[in-house]
Amino acid sequence: MVNFILNGEVVGAKSDADTPLLWVLREELKLRGTKFGCGIAQCGACTVHIDGNPMRSCITPVSAVEGRSVTTIEGLVTPVGEALKSAWTEAQVPQCGYCQSGQIMQAAGLLETNPSPSDDEIVNAMNGNLCRCMAYPRIKKAIKTAANGGAMS
Amino acid sequence: MKNQRQGLSRRSFIAGVAGSSLMMSMGSLVSGCSSDQASKALASGDLPKVFSPNIWFEINGAGDVLINIVRAEMGQHVGTSLAQIVADELGADWSKVSFKHVDTDPKWGVMVTGGSWSVHTSFTLLSQAGAAGRTIIIDAASKLMSVPAESCSAERGVVTSGDQSLTFAEIIINGDFSRVISEEELAAMPVKAPAERTLIGRDLRNLDVAAKSEGSAVYGLDAELPGMVYAMPLLPPTRYGSKVNGIDESAAKTILGYIGAIEINDPSQTVQGHVVVAAETMAAVLKAVRAVSVDWTPGPTASMTEAAILAEGVRLAADPEAGALFVNEGDVGSAKANAASTMSATYTTGTALHFTMEPQNAVVEFDADGKCHIHAGNQWQSLILPYLAQALEMPETDIIIHQYYLGGGYGRRLFGDQMIPTALAARSLGRPVKLIFDRATDSRFDCVRSPSVCTFEASFDGDGMLSGVDHAVVAGWPTKSMAPFFIGPGIDGKGELDAFSINGSDHWYSLPAHRVRAINNGLAQQTFLPGWLRAVGPGWISWGVESFLDEIAHQQGQDPVALRLGLLDGVGKHAGGEGSTVGGAKRLAAVLKDVSQRAGWGRDLPVNEGLGVAVGHGQERGMPTWIACVAHVVVEPSSGDVTLKKLWQTIDVGTVVNPDGAMAQAEGAALWGVSLALHEGAQFANGEVAEQNLDRYKPLRMSDVPELDIVFVDSDEFPSGMGEPPLIPVAPAIGNAVFAATGKRVRDLPIKLI
Repeated sequence: MVNFILNGEVVGAKSDADTPLLWVLREELKLRGTKFGCGIAQCGACTVHIDGNPMRSCITPVSAVEGRSVTTIEGLVTPVGEALKSAWTEAQVPQCGYCQSGQIMQAAGLLETNPSPSDDEIVNAMNGNLCRCMAYPRIKKAIKTAANGGAMS
Repeated sequence: MKNQRQGLSRRSFIAGVAGSSLMMSMGSLVSGCSSDQASKALASGDLPKVFSPNIWFEINGAGDVLINIVRAEMGQHVGTSLAQIVADELGADWSKVSFKHVDTDPKWGVMVTGGSWSVHTSFTLLSQAGAAGRTIIIDAASKLMSVPAESCSAERGVVTSGDQSLTFAEIIINGDFSRVISEEELAAMPVKAPAERTLIGRDLRNLDVAAKSEGSAVYGLDAELPGMVYAMPLLPPTRYGSKVNGIDESAAKTILGYIGAIEINDPSQTVQGHVVVAAETMAAVLKAVRAVSVDWTPGPTASMTEAAILAEGVRLAADPEAGALFVNEGDVGSAKANAASTMSATYTTGTALHFTMEPQNAVVEFDADGKCHIHAGNQWQSLILPYLAQALEMPETDIIIHQYYLGGGYGRRLFGDQMIPTALAARSLGRPVKLIFDRATDSRFDCVRSPSVCTFEASFDGDGMLSGVDHAVVAGWPTKSMAPFFIGPGIDGKGELDAFSINGSDHWYSLPAHRVRAINNGLAQQTFLPGWLRAVGPGWISWGVESFLDEIAHQQGQDPVALRLGLLDGVGKHAGGEGSTVGGAKRLAAVLKDVSQRAGWGRDLPVNEGLGVAVGHGQERGMPTWIACVAHVVVEPSSGDVTLKKLWQTIDVGTVVNPDGAMAQAEGAALWGVSLALHEGAQFANGEVAEQNLDRYKPLRMSDVPELDIVFVDSDEFPSGMGEPPLIPVAPAIGNAVFAATGKRVRDLPIKLI
């Protein structure tokens, strides 16, 4: 049993300790907003926050989060998170939408540490997140909108 | 083909309309993906009276309009666009409109989402469906208000006559819905003039975006059924002809929750040599799939390479007897015989993957009545159902595909082949099965875009004028393997061809003589399942057509824009006709003029920089989307790295139903064009795709995005399609820009200079 804090609540995971956190979240704990894409930490669809930092849950064994705090898209209720979700709708970012939980979690990690990122800083932070529909221009626009306090730039 | 599709839709619509002027029901079960309001409306439970004039929508006693969407949602926000069409004619209040993506049922007619067809093929049908609803509602309202129907108008969910008005909700609750629209009336049902439209042409928020921005949208991979087990496939060395000799489960049997490894015997032979590993939990199956080992005898293509497939393409293109005629205008033979000079070139494209971020998956359950329920996102349910029926040896009518959001389609989910091993495993185990491909297995048996070869021979007369072009196209054909009923003869009645794999060669340039041969690459066909990848044929064919035209322009000392404008004269067969083809090549010339002006065509650029131009006209000639594109590249001379600085497009798609949604499609499709030109590319080696994950397959990332400058022509013409066409001219525009920057002609895609 691995115990950790998931979106503010203590949970215990019964899966083997080496099971990727992604699959524990999705199939044992039934939080399916976090997505499976590549399984090798190269697409970012599985991004969650571990103690506030964006991490790839597909290569993180659940044992690594024992006693730590995990936040998924469902639990992203911080002001930054709300601003991002609102900006995502404002800019009509998602196409198929499958990667967007991961994009938003990655962007939230950026804005928590850098509230006013430059274009280059956005690109550097987001380049590991693949959007196969290639909605990148709108992802960038929405991050800037959220960084500017929600006003459309 | 298009007429046949429309005919099927039309018939199904009429069947659905007959005698159903009022249904007292709670509507249909909401499952899979539905916009929030749909769930809420039905969950409220106290609105028993539902008006449903036809199968396409219903209005309840609260005035909520629920629209049935037969097309798959994979990023194009098709539900919103189609709902806009219905709601505009209906005179609905948009804030009360919702939709659901429906499960398979014969009443929907052909269920396919591809070819950028959805708006184009649904526009008239759904406009008339909405108009029929408005007619009946106005009839009921006029009786309630004791005024003539002719005095009434419907807008924003309210019927008004003079100073009286009634809401749709009041009319549904109190009205007499005896007015019935006959089939003849429906077929002749007038629809609004463009100036009268209130919802079409507006940037309405897409109704699926909020759920997709908070992680609550439900994709196929998110489906869950009580009691389901987890499964992953073990794929054989080759797509075809591999045989399972033995399965060693000894190492898996110690895994807690391991159920077993099932050899899949598919009577339809769609999947061959598959083994499915099952366990009680996802955690267990992840281990078990690595612990089970299978001994296969591989099929005959186990050593096939990309180079061998392309070499076969070159060989076939050079064989004058190969293939079937797709275009034969003028006398190419005579042009060649009388040519003062000729110019030849060979263009190729390499293998490309769909790489949908949501890997292939399905959940399948057999219910107590023996019916098979399949939960998965799919683009062409009507195609896979007969395969499933054959694989499961049960009637199609006992198989229901429940629709979900698609985590990327791009043509991959036109084939639901993953449903077959899932269903066979579920039957074998007697329990619901959730089958998940991991990334590498998804890539290995992706139905890839086939490697292709195009050869061109241009003839010039004694005055140096272009007198003819002979063009051969060789590729694996998706239709031949998956939808052989679409294979047709050449234009002379001889041979066979897949129109989807030759579209784009029948371009809109006036040539004195023009011949195109479509040739199937048998080696490709035997090695893998060729797939429909976004933009399909024109995605590889226009690469050659538009690049070779650039070569001709330079050979003749002509400006590439001027040469194209001269050939886009709109004469004869290029004059266009009805529907989307109105205006013909002149509309293509117009977008070309516009984009060249906006891009500053002809201006001086620094050394190692260049502008390139290309046009595209959608996929089928009967449904053109007119696009002209200019690319601005910088080439780093020592490394050969190509950087795309800016991309301009001018797009004439006719009426734009949702401009912001169309722009999103244009942005995404154009960037797909960039990605396929500069970043993506796979190679067959040892009979399979070598690049199976993102460590080796490299789609475009945010850092690679160029400046985009895309505009739509303001038009009231009949709407064409948007999902794919903006991809088409991008690669040749980049290749032509590379030539302008470096003097080096690129003929192989993806572009690699060194």
